[in-house]
Amino acid sequence: MDRFAQSAEFFTQAESSKAKMRAFTNRVLSSVCIIISLLTMVPLFSIVYLLLEKGLPLLRPAVFTGLPPAAGMSGGGFGNAVLGTLVMVGLGLVIAAPLGILSAIYINEYSPASLLSRAVRFVAKLLTGIPSIICGVFAFAAVVLATGKFSAYAGGVALAVLMLPTILLTAEQALMGVQSAFREASYGLGATKFQTITRIVLPDALSAIMTGIMLAVARAAGETAPLIFTALFSQFWAKSLQEPTASLSVLIYNFSTVPFPHQVEMAWTASLVLVFLVTIANITAQLAFSKKY
Amino acid sequence: MMPEDVSANLPKSALAGLPQGDRAPAGGSPDFFSVQGFNFYYGKKQALYDITMDIPEKQVTAFIGPSGCGKTTLLRNFNRMNELIDGVRHEGEITLLGRSIYDPKIEVIALRRSIGMVFQKSNPFPKSIYENIVYALRIAGQNNQGVLDEAVERSLRGAALWEEAKDRLHDSALSLSGGQMQRLCIARAIANRPKVLLMDEPCSALDPIATVKVEELIHELKKEFTIVIVTHNMQQATRCSDRTAFFYLGRLIEFDDTQKIFSNPAEKQTEDYITGRFG
Repeated sequence: MDRFAQSAEFFTQAESSKAKMRAFTNRVLSSVCIIISLLTMVPLFSIVYLLLEKGLPLLRPAVFTGLPPAAGMSGGGFGNAVLGTLVMVGLGLVIAAPLGILSAIYINEYSPASLLSRAVRFVAKLLTGIPSIICGVFAFAAVVLATGKFSAYAGGVALAVLMLPTILLTAEQALMGVQSAFREASYGLGATKFQTITRIVLPDALSAIMTGIMLAVARAAGETAPLIFTALFSQFWAKSLQEPTASLSVLIYNFSTVPFPHQVEMAWTASLVLVFLVTIANITAQLAFSKKY
Repeated sequence: MMPEDVSANLPKSALAGLPQGDRAPAGGSPDFFSVQGFNFYYGKKQALYDITMDIPEKQVTAFIGPSGCGKTTLLRNFNRMNELIDGVRHEGEITLLGRSIYDPKIEVIALRRSIGMVFQKSNPFPKSIYENIVYALRIAGQNNQGVLDEAVERSLRGAALWEEAKDRLHDSALSLSGGQMQRLCIARAIANRPKVLLMDEPCSALDPIATVKVEELIHELKKEFTIVIVTHNMQQATRCSDRTAFFYLGRLIEFDDTQKIFSNPAEKQTEDYITGRFG
């Protein structure tokens, strides 16, 4: 067969039915993937749309400065709840972030294969599945019963227990993501382990660690169960950290179940504010800790 | 390039202590960098068998041999980098300037500061060019701006990168080309003025033009540094090195002047490797 006839045969072979079937299946499955991806965005956009629709009407600056209205009354706000959420998530972070990051440094940099490291990983993975109400019960026993009062501290501890496993495991992943070539180069230049970790590994892992922290913060800010028997709730501005403290999640829970329409509208607005706050925190963290090189 | 033969000037008693035959150093002090009866194990597997050699000062020594022959393992033992791996152990001695590098009184970090290393795949830190070079000085506690600036210029000139980098010192090191990154790694390794420079196949990931630049650099650097280079490329060994050591299956087969190894090797295995009959 001469060369032209050979190549013509090659092209007609490509048009065979088997090849056509393969091409068709490829197109169908690719379309299915795209459609499913678009579908997964539906719940997200629905929630955002609903929040905006129901929550925007009452969104005024007074909402941040006012206190929760009594049953049946209108006006007021939930400034104390916003502050309470910020304070208690902050307290939880102050406990959980150093613990989580330092533990991750130990299990990844110092002795990854040791029994202790394996145990820590195992327990952390177990704890990610712990129901949030158990975190509340634990903080109730550990802080409320011990101190004799409901407080923001107890709420912070409950949230810390909730956040710690996520922060630890994502920090470990972040550290594993740092190329070992950097560590080798650092040791080769005569750096100690501590210098290598603080000057090379942590800065490179920082943006991924912050992502993990933001995940934990987003979850903690929205949890009600850990707070309902640790920080309880309060109608007033907190004067100290040792008294029952309002929080956005508990406020939403309380207001959404009462039969007063104004309170229910407030609950929507509070939900919108909560989502706003978490989103702003997320964006700020991403911008501040993005990889520079 | 033929190194001077200093053995004619030494008294007979000193000569009696030196290793004989094809392992005799033809230049430099035997007390500079010396390996004696060195065995090395990864767990149960022995990787190096009874290595004895003297690395001559201010010359380029090349380690050649087929993959897995132990040349990189031996190189990484010179600055104790193998200790970063679990389960390794060694027998025998390696001495630098007369002192064992395993002396418990010597800190490993001090040793590594006096021995620079350039890796096969260039690994600049995700920092600016400037910060990459001064890293070695900062970790040694030197933070004086003037000293750091001087070190950056000296190292970049020494690595033939100054002209290309002087206007972008604070740009990311990762924005350089492959050949420039490797020269940056060389600059980083020489910033703290080490006594020895270890290079593990520094050109294997580079294009031919970058390779030529690095090889010219090696010729310049050996005026100031002692260089040990592991290479798969035998032409590179002939071009760059003064002395060549041929390794096979963890043993040192032959160690002699480069010219002799490549023109008239004493061992048959060396000749087989060089002529390409295996490896």
